[in-house]
Amino acid sequence: MTKIIEVNGVSKSYGGVKANTDISIEVEKGGITGLIGPNGSGKTTLFNSIVGYHPIDSGSIKFEGQEISKKPVQDIARLGLLRTFQQTRIYGDMNCVENMLISMPHRKMTIREAFTTNTRADHDRAEHLLDFVGLYEKRFLRSGSLSFGQQKLLEFAMALMNEPTVLLLDEPTAGINPTLINGLIDRLKRANSEFGITLFIIEHNMRVIMNMADRIYCLAHGELLAAGSPTEIQGDQRVVDAYLGAH
Amino acid sequence: MTILRPIFYLALLAFIIAAPFIAPDFRTQLATLWIFIILSMTWDMTGGQMGYNSLGNILFYGAGMYIAAVVGISIAYNVGEYTNAAGGGIYKFTDTQYFLGMALGLIAAGVLCAGIAWVLGYLLFGLRGPYFAIGTLGAAIAAGELVSNWEWVGGGQGIALPVFPGDDYENAKLFFYYLFAVTGVVLFIFLRWFYTTRFAAAINAIRDDEEKAEAMGLHTLRYKLITWSIAAFFVGIAGGISGYQLIHFEPLETAFQTINLGIFMVVCVLLGGKGTLWGPIIGAILFHVVKEVTWNYLLGWQWVALGALIVITVVYFQDGLMGWLARVKPEWFGERVTEKPALAGEPAE
Amino acid sequence: MDQIIGNIGLLFEFPIVNLKILLDGIMIGALFALAAYGLALVWGVMNVKNLAQGDFVIAGGYIAWTLDQNGIQPLLGIPAAFLVMWVIGWITYKLVIKRVIERDLFTSLLATFGLAIMFAQIMNLMFGSDTQSIQLDMPTLYFADGFIDVPMSKLVGVVTALSLAFAVILFMKRSRMGQAIRATAQDARAARVLGIDTDKVYSFTFSLNAAICGAAGAIIVMAWVIQPFYGITYSIRAFVIVTAAGLGNLPGVIAAGLGIGALEQYGSHIFGIGYQQAIAVLLLLLVLFIRLLQQRRKRQVLQ
Repeated sequence: MTKIIEVNGVSKSYGGVKANTDISIEVEKGGITGLIGPNGSGKTTLFNSIVGYHPIDSGSIKFEGQEISKKPVQDIARLGLLRTFQQTRIYGDMNCVENMLISMPHRKMTIREAFTTNTRADHDRAEHLLDFVGLYEKRFLRSGSLSFGQQKLLEFAMALMNEPTVLLLDEPTAGINPTLINGLIDRLKRANSEFGITLFIIEHNMRVIMNMADRIYCLAHGELLAAGSPTEIQGDQRVVDAYLGAH
Repeated sequence: MTILRPIFYLALLAFIIAAPFIAPDFRTQLATLWIFIILSMTWDMTGGQMGYNSLGNILFYGAGMYIAAVVGISIAYNVGEYTNAAGGGIYKFTDTQYFLGMALGLIAAGVLCAGIAWVLGYLLFGLRGPYFAIGTLGAAIAAGELVSNWEWVGGGQGIALPVFPGDDYENAKLFFYYLFAVTGVVLFIFLRWFYTTRFAAAINAIRDDEEKAEAMGLHTLRYKLITWSIAAFFVGIAGGISGYQLIHFEPLETAFQTINLGIFMVVCVLLGGKGTLWGPIIGAILFHVVKEVTWNYLLGWQWVALGALIVITVVYFQDGLMGWLARVKPEWFGERVTEKPALAGEPAE
Repeated sequence: MDQIIGNIGLLFEFPIVNLKILLDGIMIGALFALAAYGLALVWGVMNVKNLAQGDFVIAGGYIAWTLDQNGIQPLLGIPAAFLVMWVIGWITYKLVIKRVIERDLFTSLLATFGLAIMFAQIMNLMFGSDTQSIQLDMPTLYFADGFIDVPMSKLVGVVTALSLAFAVILFMKRSRMGQAIRATAQDARAARVLGIDTDKVYSFTFSLNAAICGAAGAIIVMAWVIQPFYGITYSIRAFVIVTAAGLGNLPGVIAAGLGIGALEQYGSHIFGIGYQQAIAVLLLLLVLFIRLLQQRRKRQVLQ
């Protein structure tokens, strides 16, 4: 197994608040890696640092061996490292199919190809992926009119449409109807196994993340608290304490 | 529906060709209408489709006017001496010089304006929303002020171009009408195709959520530069033609007319409906007709009425005609629930 | 080009010229700062970027000028312009601004641009397109062997502007309305929940802004000149100052106002008076560009 993302000693502070201190983690190619931690422990900050949303104070971030901590968001996304947002972001005034077609991987197109119309195959692929997340019936509805959970599914489908190498998911199950969560876990796992996309997931729902991830990192107060397999993390007293506030 | 469409376009084309003969007294007004249509359609490329509301597109109109004029003169004479004489009438152009100069001038106007948009875009596309609007407005005002201090191109006096060859002025009117019409029709055909491409989908994404578009790996700056440059290309040509049609123009009131034409095009697009193919055209026709009909009855208050029209349009009717239709009849715009058994998967229009 | 080099040479040959330019710049800059302060108020509290700002200034100038034409003491024109512009600001708020506050920013920008065109054209119809000013019977002070001349009228104008600014700041700090305005600027929804009538706050803020601009215009017409179409340049200067200083940064607004005034005077000394408008606008592009580079370092955009 090769390391696809290597975060080495990354620190980031906002004003005087240290959101991340000297964090080092690794994400293995082809696997599912989890990131947990209590509210305000710096998980989303770390995600934002990786995707280039803000400059980091110190440390290094490598993607497929290439240093990316100096690159802006678009350049990193064009390497195939994609993220979804905690507060879902979709193009609300367009319908689902249009949302999907916009998410075509433009990084793989030349300018000449960008000046062509989408082919039948592109449409089929968009509809296939909408079917995959269970939004086929609603594909011609304004996406802004969908429920929050459905919008999350749409955002996930859009990310798949972009054919990423790695997908960073920020709380994919938050706000989703509990009865649908099992279906979502299943789809995430299939995205990983069938499409070969490496997943790196922030998740609050312990049952979900323990069920999926092969390796989990736990943050607390902006520092790396523990790392290991789901069983190791479950048995780690420090993690239990962090969640119960005893830390 | 599908059979009706070509018939509709053919009828429209026939009407465009016949229009100056149907209403021979209004040839100049019809030519002006084309300026409105071209400027509105190009404004909508960035304003409506990409979400970048420029208040300074008039810069390309003025720049196009000057570039076309300077190139047109320079093939026969020294520009500095020509403008120095300020229309003394001693400079004669042969027919070949006139038309060749105009043709080269228009090409140069289009290409150089696209270049200006590309360079200016590097500076201005880092600005979002109101900052972009104010920044472009500032650029247009600055351009006008600088040109009016530039003696080589005639300073505040502007430039007097040669008159259209021949004695029959109706010929000139027809010539410029058709020149504008061809530019407009080419622009329409181009946009009709352009808005179906993946590229256009990408600029729509920039309009709806630029941060998301960046996170999805779109090369946003490049797409914005290309779009604005294409718009500037057509505006530059329209400006160049206007210069030759007007014969004499000066920098602040004619070429870089920030608060007149510069703001008209925005109002036209808002009236018709932002972000649609037909909205800007319908808006331009509506605005131009209302303006021409009421202008002379307002006795000096027309500019006040214009300001009021802008305010009323913006405050009460911002979605425009097409936006209003989309709200009343969403199914006309393809919104529907489709059941799964129809798995034929017809592509969305 | 030779002329430009000559003008720059003059600055080094006679350093006293620098002082004169600076003094002129700072005096007009104080009035730019006053209009910019009004814009910062409206921008911060209502999130409306008012492009009619400069036209309020010019309108105030014409009010004072009209009074002077009718034989009324010009200094009384300042409070008169303040009051009349207050009413005009209030009417503008009720008719237009009230309906665009909640909308996107381009809407308010375009609506106020429409207003700016309307105001400018109405003034053009009422007062004609000539430049106008009021002649005050005040002496001119001379310094440095007559190299520097400071008309008393300008000095009076600057002092009045500063006292007005001071009064407004005191009002914002001490009065209940001032507190309500500051609370609304922080979070309009929370203010509403706590029982503040935000509509009243908005109408008060906008009227106050128009009144401040009006007073600034009345001062400008006494010591400088006005013309119906000068408004847009004042609006742009106000934008430059607020963009450079940031919202809610009062010392910054004053400093930027004085700085812009001085830069403009330097610019028109070096390039010639014909470039004055161009320089005001180019300063806008310069400030936007600097702010852009600052934001880019943080990987953010100016919005």
